Order: sequence, then C-alpha cells, then structure tokens
Amino acid sequence: MTDESIRQIAFYGKGGIGKSTTSQNTIAGMAELGQRVMIVGCDPKADSTRLMLHSKAQTSVLQLAAERGAVEDVELEEVLARGYRDVLCVESGGPEPGVGCAGRGIITAINFLEENGAYEDIDFVSYDVLGDVVCGGFAMPIREGKAQEIYIVTSGEMMAMYAANNIARGVLKYAHSGGVRLGGLICNSRKVDRELELIETLAKRLNTQMLHFVPRDNIVQHAELRRMTVIEYAPDSRQAEEYRTLAGKIINNKNLSIPTPISMDELEELLVEFGILGGEEEYEKAIKEGVKAPAGVA
Amino acid sequence: MTPPLSAPIEEKPVLETPEKTAQNPVLATKELIQEVLEVYPDKAKKKREKHLNVFEEGKSDCGVKSNIKSVPGSMTTRGCAYAGSKGVVWGPIKDMIHISHGPVGCGYYSWSGRRNYYIGTTGIDSFGTMDFTSDFQERDIVFGGDKKLAKLITELDELFPLNRGVSIQSECPIGLIGDDIEAVAKKASKEIGKTVVPVRCEGFRGVSQSLGHHIANDAIRDWVFPQYDKEKKAGNIADGTEYDVAIIGDYNIGGDAWSSRILIEEIGLRVAAQWSGDGTLHEMINTPSVKLNLVHCYRSMNYISRHMEETYGIPWLEYNFFGPTQIAESLRAIAAKFDEKIQANAEAVIAKYEAQTKAVIEKFLPRLKDKTVALMVGGLRPRHVIPAFHDLGMKLIGTGYEFGHNDDYKRTTHYVENGTLIYDDVSAYEFEAFIKELKPDLVASGIKEKYVFQKMALPFRQMHSWDYSGPYHGYDGFAIFARDMDLALNSPTWSLIGAPWKKAEITAQ
Repeated sequence: MTDESIRQIAFYGKGGIGKSTTSQNTIAGMAELGQRVMIVGCDPKADSTRLMLHSKAQTSVLQLAAERGAVEDVELEEVLARGYRDVLCVESGGPEPGVGCAGRGIITAINFLEENGAYEDIDFVSYDVLGDVVCGGFAMPIREGKAQEIYIVTSGEMMAMYAANNIARGVLKYAHSGGVRLGGLICNSRKVDRELELIETLAKRLNTQMLHFVPRDNIVQHAELRRMTVIEYAPDSRQAEEYRTLAGKIINNKNLSIPTPISMDELEELLVEFGILGGEEEYEKAIKEGVKAPAGVA
Repeated sequence: MTPPLSAPIEEKPVLETPEKTAQNPVLATKELIQEVLEVYPDKAKKKREKHLNVFEEGKSDCGVKSNIKSVPGSMTTRGCAYAGSKGVVWGPIKDMIHISHGPVGCGYYSWSGRRNYYIGTTGIDSFGTMDFTSDFQERDIVFGGDKKLAKLITELDELFPLNRGVSIQSECPIGLIGDDIEAVAKKASKEIGKTVVPVRCEGFRGVSQSLGHHIANDAIRDWVFPQYDKEKKAGNIADGTEYDVAIIGDYNIGGDAWSSRILIEEIGLRVAAQWSGDGTLHEMINTPSVKLNLVHCYRSMNYISRHMEETYGIPWLEYNFFGPTQIAESLRAIAAKFDEKIQANAEAVIAKYEAQTKAVIEKFLPRLKDKTVALMVGGLRPRHVIPAFHDLGMKLIGTGYEFGHNDDYKRTTHYVENGTLIYDDVSAYEFEAFIKELKPDLVASGIKEKYVFQKMALPFRQMHSWDYSGPYHGYDGFAIFARDMDLALNSPTWSLIGAPWKKAEITAQ
C-alpha cells in the first residue's frame, strides 16, 4: 500500500487549459527544490511526461499490457522512466479515441502501480488527469487513499471557470468519503480582462485560494517545442521563476479545504459582475439587435 | 427485518381453509394476499400488491400489473435480456455459432441451460451444446473488443467450416464501452461469406428476459429477412406448396417440437421451418414464403410473427399442444385455415389418437383426480399447460408468469377458474408463503424453486426443463406428461419424509 508520508496531488482543469505544461513546469521546480516526485499521467493521449523525458510519448502501462495480453505480465521497471532531475514518470495510456473505455484504463493502471509498489521512496505523486471528471474512472485519482490535494488549473475564460466549478463538485463528492481536499486554483493567464481579481473572487466563492497567477509568456511555447520545461530550457527566465514560486507554494501549502461549488446562476452573476457577461438588459438588447440585423439585410 | 419464513409447515386444522374457500374463494384468497404482503415495508408492499390478485369470473384480465422492474431484494426468478436472446431465441438455431460476446461468465453459466434437442453432428454441422465466448479480459474493456471479435469469427470459421453463420450475443460490457459490433458483423460477413448477426441484448436492458426476446426478434427482422428479400428478388426462393406452415416459438425442449411436428404433418401440412428448436438459419431465411405461421410461444415470438404479417401478409395463429383437449381444439383451428381435405385429415388424426389418449387418461386420472397444482413458469406455460392438468382431473389453484405482459394475463383468463390466485414476478418469499397456506398437492415451477418445496415434502415438477424428461407437447408428449405427474405425486418417497422429533412424538403417543 501507499506510504502515508507521501503527498499525493492531482492537477485537474478544462481540456487545453495547460494542465500538463503547468504541472510539469511546477514539478520541475519542486524537483529543483529537492523533492522526489513521481508523475502519473492519466490521459489516454499519454502526453503528461514529454517535457520531463524529452520524448514524444513514453511506453504506457496499458499499451504494454495490451501487447503482453494482461497487465499482470507487465513489470514496473518497463513503464517507469526517469526524467529531468530524476522525476519518475509513468503514463497510464488508454485506447484510441472512440473505442473501449478510457476510464477503466485509468483504474487498471493506478491499481497496477499500487500493487507493484511504485509509490515508494518519494515525496510527491502527481496525477495529471484529462479534461473533466466524466465518469468514475477519471475520478479514480481522487478516491480514497489516492490524491488528497487537488489543484485546478483555470483561466479567466468562461468555460475554464465552468469546468473549475464542476471539478470542485467532483472533489466535494469525494471529500467526505475519501478525505480529498481542494488545494487551490492556479490561474494560467489568458490575458482576459480583470483576470486576477476574477479568479481570486471565484477562489473565495469556492472556499479556496488562488495559489498562483502564472502570467502568459511566449517562452513556454519555445521550451515546449524543444520538449523541455521552462526551468530546464531557460532557468534564468522570469517565467522559470514564476514556476519555482508556484512549486514552493505547493510544497508549503497548508490551506486545504472542502470546496463549496456554486450554482450556474451564481457563476453567471459573477461573470456579469466582472463584465465578462452582459446583464439582462444588455442580453435583451443584443437579442433585439440580432433580430433586427437580418431583417435589415433582407 | 423479518426473518425468512423457513420454518416447517404449520399443522393447521385441515377442515378450516377449504370450508372458507368454498364459501367465497375470491375473498378468502384476497385475504391471504394481504396476509402475505403484511411483512413487507410500506414501499415494497405498495409495489408488490399490484402484482398479486385473484381471478374473478367474467373479468377480461387477471387484475395484476406486469412487465415492471422487480422490487430490489425480492429474489425474483427473472433472467436478463442476454438470457432471452442467447438462451431462448437464438441459441437453438443449431447450424449457427452463437458467440457470447463479453466476459466468460454469461456464456459459461448459460451453457446448455435449455434442453433444445437437435439432430446433427455436434462440432461439425451443429453447435447446440457447444459454448463460444470472446472471454473478455481487462484489455478488451479498455481498448475495445472489436478486433478480438473479428479475429474470433475468422478463427471459428476456420475451425468449424460447416457453420452456416454466426450470431453475436452482447453481454453487458459491450453496451457500456460502446463497441461497434454492427460494423464488425458486416465486415466479417463479407470476409467469411456467411450471415453474421449482431444482437444488442446487453443484460442491463429492460426488466427481464422478455426484452431480450424482442431484441432477438428485431435482429432476425433486420439481419436475416433482408436475405429473403434479396433471394426472392433474384428468383431463388421457391413458391412452396399451399400447405406450407412454420412452427414459431417451439424450442424443442426434450423434443417438444418433434412431437408437435408429427401432428401438423399428419394433417397434411408441410412444416417449412421450425423456430427455433432444432431449427436452421436457412429455414429462418425461407420463412416469409410460408402460408401460415403457427405460434406456440406467443410471448417470445409474437413480434416477428406480427412483422411477417405486416410485411409479407402471412397470417399467424396461436395454438396449444398441451393435453388432448387443447390439441384437438388447436388441430381443428389450424385445419380451419385450410381446405376441407386438411379439415378431414384433422378429424382423422384426432380420432386416430383417441384410443391412445383414452388409455393414458384411464390409467392416470384415477391416481391424479382432484389433486391441486400451483404453477409458476416463464411467459407461456403458466396458461398453456393448465388444460393438460385438467385432462388428468387435476385442479389449478394458482399461476403466474416470471416475465409475462398484460396480453399474457388477458389470454390466461380463458384457462383459469374463478378464485385462482394470480402472482406476477412472484418473489421467493411470496411463493413460499402462498404454498404453505394453500398446500397444493403439486408445485410446478423451475429449478430455483424445486428444492425449497421438495424440502417441504411437496411433490414438484420442473416446468422449464420438464425435469430432464419430455417431450410434453402433442399426444405422445401427453402420455409422458401424465406418467411424470403420477411419478411425482404418487411417489412413496414423500411419506417417508418427516422430522425425527415428530416421529418421536407420534411414537410416544
């Protein structure tokens, strides 16, 4: 079973928000600070460790299990790779889009890792989970005895915030049975109006904190093209410093809470308040104009 | 919680109950239903009381709700959609390979579960008692099982080249992970040049095996009959004779379809297809060319019969070959659909078997007269076998279906008498409680019930499998039926069973 002293964390967030990039950069920062970390990629695309390993995609647990016939025929060493600063990397893998059951795949892979004693002599396990908690399989990392701290990567964009709220609901569901807690929101900036204040307010409403505001910087893209984290590619850059700060904040984070997800109405009100969505008046005005315009064209 | 009623039958004053019942059979039995329901929690009671009633003379149905989700924890006897498709409708088609697609359990535990007799060389041109499964492993769930299925079909065709086709019987996980078995079926069909039928009979669908029958019927409509249409257009289907009929819904349990077929052939009709007991794929394909469909199990094959009526204009007729009274009535009804020659033949056949039937009744009626029976079977027999008991002088006191629908209960009214207890999807507890109170001489139900009642020292006959005997259909079947009921009821075994302490009491007295 898992060593009690290991802190298990998980990064969730809307698809495309930059979870894998943010988590790998942060973990690189944690490794720099002397932490022994293992990344468990829980995405069928298996792209959660590429910046650590400088490779396209490592051999995943399920890929090998499928080749061998059963997961019992796979040895831990075959799927456990060492990346930047000895960060341990595992990918669960999964089926190609449109077939099979990716959720079951994650359950199988995580059980395999536990049974084979992967969680030993490390300080952190970090799960990188795809998009949304669509089924039981994707909630596996937040069930009892798995990740105790959830970090939600979001931005000031509306859909990212919707997703963040949804994930908070998933965390709440397992908070009482499994003891999982929300560690905070990480704002991966998209340069949206009043983004900082917006996410800070959302964090408050969700009974958590905005752990860090990661500014947008093109250097992330440059590093990514070279299959590297910013910390490795440009250790002296300002962006590398941001990730180091975030890494420090996670290591020292004591603010773990049971989230209080808000209703859709409340979320929309919040967006109106910050001028992202128009109010009722503006909405009606827009509708009227929308009706008028085609009439005018005709 | 109320403990299960497993105490031995209480010795009640024998005279009381029959007297009360004689006064007002309906009222007395309704009281019994209320007593039995008493132990349920309110919610369960409210649900279950709709399924229990007493038949009252003159009513058009039995006054029970049916085909509704079972109450959790009630220990229903029902099966699942997979059981209805693989076990009942498709399984008996002997020259096809039926793949239990999914994890091994469903296939293994349903292996040879029904006694669908067939003629053929098993493993060469017939596959009835063999079991085929794709034996899903974890990786098949995660990565999908379509490739495995495609490979399996190719391998099976190499191993058993004389198979005429393949059916894919979906188990639950297939529906959960969304495998595209239709695409696999189409591709495999081209590859092996044979019929491949995908059936979406995942066990979680519907409330009982009944939906599985329907799904299986639909699969025949969508994957088998198009071949008839194609061949017909190409002029490859012979017109047949004026006397071509199909036996629909006879699964040849212990040879039932054979003892039925004899009679139908003897009256001058030609049985072009047998569905599906001892049946073949090509009989199925050719069925739309017959002049009349003769439906025995209405519950499991009314769907395809209606379809053939609507699409090909083939009328269908329900018949009943249990017991000489119903056999004669059915033969006359069937003959009435044809010319005078057939009608004369029917009379001749009825007359021919009269002596045989008379001998059976003369021998067994005195031994069985006035014995009471309680029935609980699947979707047809709870009404169809009643006349056979009546022919032997026996009385029915209660009956019910595992998975019957409202139309089955309507049809039941023609068979039961005033005051008959009716139980739908009866729970283990209810059935036991009813039997303890009503004390029938014989309980006729399935394997799950058998030992409960035999341990009460009650004679019991299995009405799904004929207790490994049969056939029971037709005149020949009736002779076996009568013998078996006599064996069960008049066996000296039951008088030897008694609690040792009771024997001691008797001795002491």
